[in-house]
Order: sequence, then structure tokens, then C-alpha cells
Amino acid sequence: MNAEQLRTRILGLLTDVAPDVDAASVEAATDFRDQFDFDSMDQLNFAIALHRAFGIEIPEADYPQLASLDKCLAYVTARLPDGAG
Amino acid sequence: MSREFDMPSLGADMESAVLVEWRVKPGDAVRRGDVVAVVETDKGAIDIEIYETGTVERLLVEPGTRVPVGGVLALIAGAAAAEPPAAPLRPGEGKKAPGTSEPVPAAPAVTPSAAAAGRARVSPAARARARELGVAIDALHGSGPDGAITLQDVEAAAKPAATTAETMRAVIAAAMAKSKREIPHYYLSTEVDYAATMHWLGQRNAQLSIEQRMLPVVPLLRAIVLALGAFPDFNGYYRDGAYQPGGAIHLGVAIAQRGGGLIAPALLDAQAQSLAQLTQNLGDLVSRVRTGRLKNRELSEGTVTLTSLGDGGVDAVFPVIYPPQVAIIGAGSVRERPCVVAGRVEVRPVMTLSLAADHRVSNGREGAQFLARIGALLQSPEQL
Repeated sequence: MNAEQLRTRILGLLTDVAPDVDAASVEAATDFRDQFDFDSMDQLNFAIALHRAFGIEIPEADYPQLASLDKCLAYVTARLPDGAG
Repeated sequence: MSREFDMPSLGADMESAVLVEWRVKPGDAVRRGDVVAVVETDKGAIDIEIYETGTVERLLVEPGTRVPVGGVLALIAGAAAAEPPAAPLRPGEGKKAPGTSEPVPAAPAVTPSAAAAGRARVSPAARARARELGVAIDALHGSGPDGAITLQDVEAAAKPAATTAETMRAVIAAAMAKSKREIPHYYLSTEVDYAATMHWLGQRNAQLSIEQRMLPVVPLLRAIVLALGAFPDFNGYYRDGAYQPGGAIHLGVAIAQRGGGLIAPALLDAQAQSLAQLTQNLGDLVSRVRTGRLKNRELSEGTVTLTSLGDGGVDAVFPVIYPPQVAIIGAGSVRERPCVVAGRVEVRPVMTLSLAADHRVSNGREGAQFLARIGALLQSPEQL
């Protein structure tokens, strides 16, 4: 999966958890909490979705590294078995 | 013998809903708890569960029809129907709900009705008005006899529709105004040392897969449930001038919706749920709030509510009771604060827990004991 495909996949997981968020309007570098109401339950459900989709373990202490789309991309890329790109 | 299946209660502030979709058809067997229909309200789509077991004999309402709470939706037979199923009735032909006005006809939709066959009749006045207002007649679902499109249908379609957010705010405003008008609230708060719970949660979550991890609110939910067992005057309904204690604990959780809405669906039978079950069911409840797939019982049978604004960064919440409930618990952020422990000042994680309760049912002393019990339970989270 290349970086663009990964980005699209992660955005899809985000809108599964938050269907009322417009994927096209998500700013990659801005934390989700600062763009739309994204509470701790949404954060946990999103982390669970990433875990299920990519098979990666996500310790609680790592949740802040999933706070924005760019941060998610970096986090998941670093933990995919074959890397992205 | 056939029994009527009526539109169930959808919550204290909902008087009607539009049937969106039937999930069953005549001849289908149904059991208590099966989702048989989906309706649309100002709070989104709601799955309607049936309370009876039997066989669907006849569907009496077409999709697109607004039906009041108590209005008949279908006929359910005790055994398989011996006659061929009859065609569904047209909108407006359902039975009048007792004590209410005539069922409101379907609101004119701006998309073609799936049930419409051929062109509906249009009065000359309606057709002329549609030309003036630039309304597409063919796109309307008529509220007149046999689906005829009326002048009123055309004029209603021409009005700009209220946004979902505006409608939601209006619904919340009505419910909150009613609460403040009718319920004599009293307020209490207490600070709860959350150190034991946070430490226990951290250790527990480190050993669990992400799908089983617990948010800090879950031990609080469990502590509230256990405390209510000893303080039944905070779990129930005030109706018709009297308090009715809840037979079960259906714990409402206030969940903010993006776009400004607020909804408080209940975790049904929370008294029977372990911490693990509360974790799973809370996650599922929030997911279904986001996707608009709540069940009618979750909106209408809450016996008490928790509103947790910890994510919002506030220290304390002074909540408003959802009628006909008699209490609501508020939780602020868990913050590190200086506390005196065994004569020494230490930094501890502290949460401000508050209670708003109906003074017709309980008093401040009971409320204080109830809050104190919740706080005490949270000092031994391993026993929750």
C-alpha cells in the first residue's frame, strides 16, 4: 500500500467512526479535536479501527500520536510490517 | 386474533416520527425485541423494536408517513396468517391514537415517494402555485386524498427547510425549558479522589487488547449503578404527580452530536452489566449515536443520566434533569490538584462529581449520601 492509499484508508476509518465528518474537509496537520468534536470515545473507537485494519498494537500512551491525520500516517507507516511506499 | 402494534414512546420530547422503512413484511415471524421498522425523528433515525411475538399480518403505514406516538403501525397475528396478506393502507388511514389529534399526514418530501405509482392528481390551484414558486410538482408526495398534491403541499415544499442543527436545538430547548419549569432542582457537588481508579485502570488497560480497554468513565458508570441500588430515590420517573421507582437501572449517557445536538440514550439494564459489558455497550452506543441507529427503548426508558464533560475541560457540571427522570449526575475533568492526605499535601487526580435532583422526590441529605457512596466505591475500583 503506498502513502496515498494509506491516507485514503485511514480517512475511511475516520469517517466510519465519525460518519458526519466530511473527509474532503479534514486538515491533515490539525488535530481532530481542534477541527470537529472528537471526544475520548471517538478517539478510542478510531484507535480500535486502526488496530483491526492494520493489525498493529497501540498502547494507551501512544494515543496522542494518533491525534491528526499526519500523525496517524506516520504512526501506522512506522508499524506496518512491510512499511508504506 | 390480531393485535395492534403501535408507535412506541420515543423519549419525553418526541410526539411523532416519520416511518422510513419496514424491516419486515406480511407473513414474517417476529419475536419480542426484533427491530421491525426504522423511523426518522429530529434526533435521527431510530430502530423500532416490537414488544410482541407473532406473525406480521398487515402493515398499516406507508414509508414517508408521520405517525404520532401511540398511532397504529401494523397488525400482528398470534399465529401464521391464514389469509393472503392485504395491501398496506395509504397514508392518513391509520387508526387515531387515543387522546391525540388526527394523525398528521406525511410531510411533503422533496424526493419522489417510493410507494407512488403513476402521476398523482394535482389541483389547478396547486399547479399554478407550483409554477409561481418554481416547485417541481412531480417531486412531491401529496397529502391529499389518494395522494393528491394540494396547495399546502406546494407551499410547504417552497419554504426553506430548517437545518438539522436548528431543529435539534429547538427540540433540546423545549425539553430543557420544560425541565426547568416543572422540576424543582437542587444541586450538590463533591470532589472525588480518582487516584485509585486511574492507577487501577492504567494497570488493567496495559494488560488488555485495545478492544477491551476501558475509559475512565466506565468505572464511574459502574459506581453509579451500585450506589443507586442503595438509593432508589434517584432512579425512576416522576409522572402524574407521583414518583415511580425504576424496576431496572437504564443509565442514560449524555453524548454530544457534532452540529450542536445533544442526546442521552440509555444503557438498558445497566445493573446487570459488568465493567467489561459496560465498556463494550458504551462503545456500541456511541457508535450508533454517530451513525443514527438508536433503538426507541434507549431514548424513552432512561431512569437516570450521567453527563460527563471531562473532555470539555470543565471542572464541574451543573446539569439539567431530563424529564420524567428525577436526577442527573455530572462529572468534570479529572485534574491534578493539591490534596491533604493523612495530614500531608499531595498532588492527586481529582474529579468534581455533581448531582442535580428533583426536590419532590429526594432531599439534600439523601443526595449527599448518594454522592458520597459513589465516591467511596471509586476508592476500591477492583471491587466494582
